[in-house]
Amino acid sequence: MIPLEWYLALAAVLFCTGIFGVLTRRNAIGILMGIELMLNAANINLVAFARYMHPTILTGHIFAIFVITIAAAEAAVGLAIIISIYRNIELINVDKINVMKW
Amino acid sequence: MPFDLHSINLFDMGKQFVFTLTLQKISFLAVAFMTFASAVAVVTMKNIFHSLLFLVLTFLGVAGIYLLLSADFLAAVQVLVYIGAITVLIMFALMLTSKLMAKRVSQTMEQWIVALPVTLGILVVLIRLVVLNPWGMKAAPAGPTTGIIGTSLMTKYLLPFELASIVLLVAVVGAILLAKEDKSDDPS
Repeated sequence: MIPLEWYLALAAVLFCTGIFGVLTRRNAIGILMGIELMLNAANINLVAFARYMHPTILTGHIFAIFVITIAAAEAAVGLAIIISIYRNIELINVDKINVMKW
Repeated sequence: MPFDLHSINLFDMGKQFVFTLTLQKISFLAVAFMTFASAVAVVTMKNIFHSLLFLVLTFLGVAGIYLLLSADFLAAVQVLVYIGAITVLIMFALMLTSKLMAKRVSQTMEQWIVALPVTLGILVVLIRLVVLNPWGMKAAPAGPTTGIIGTSLMTKYLLPFELASIVLLVAVVGAILLAKEDKSDDPS
């Protein structure tokens, strides 16, 4: 049997990879990819705890489904915002988009 | 020693250095390595389209992890929603902003030197938490999950389920409204 710690360690590593992507990507779409990685890591944690605590109740699975739903909505709205920005100022690099800063 | 189908003894010489890897653990390690390697490729690739393709591989690896956790329904949802819908959505956005891909602009910021220690610090804290905490949980044998998920979505979690559908509707309307071309105040 696989220990629970292995799943948690994999989720932690995946989460940190996502954080690194969010912090370093210049393209806004790359930042969205990093966010998807982090949401997937959280889902692995939820499903692993559901498997190891209550294998018949599956609350973690339900939460993972809600997380997937919110991730889909977030990707749709985020990409729409990115396309709208691109249409207005012809670039989506987050270090150049600072019209709302001052 | 009789041959056991589910355990392969590595380093069988010397009693103190025997550790057994079951087939389950071997498949977990393979899937986890694939997931991790493609996730690293997602955040480090120069070409953003290549990192999108590696993102598909990462999602597939997470689906494999779900299968190892005997979450059959979630694995199918992962493949359908993430690989089938979200990746295609991101691909559309990449194609619509393809001028940036062609220009060969640098995809990473200069602040990765700062970001790497921050990320490694968070990773060390998380791994330390995982290792030091005595979880002490054993996985019980689990059956198919789809029926239980459907029943609890329709009984105990009915209100969040309906709210999620409203959230999806609002997101769809919002996405259309945001991405729509605004012709009213821009005569050009």
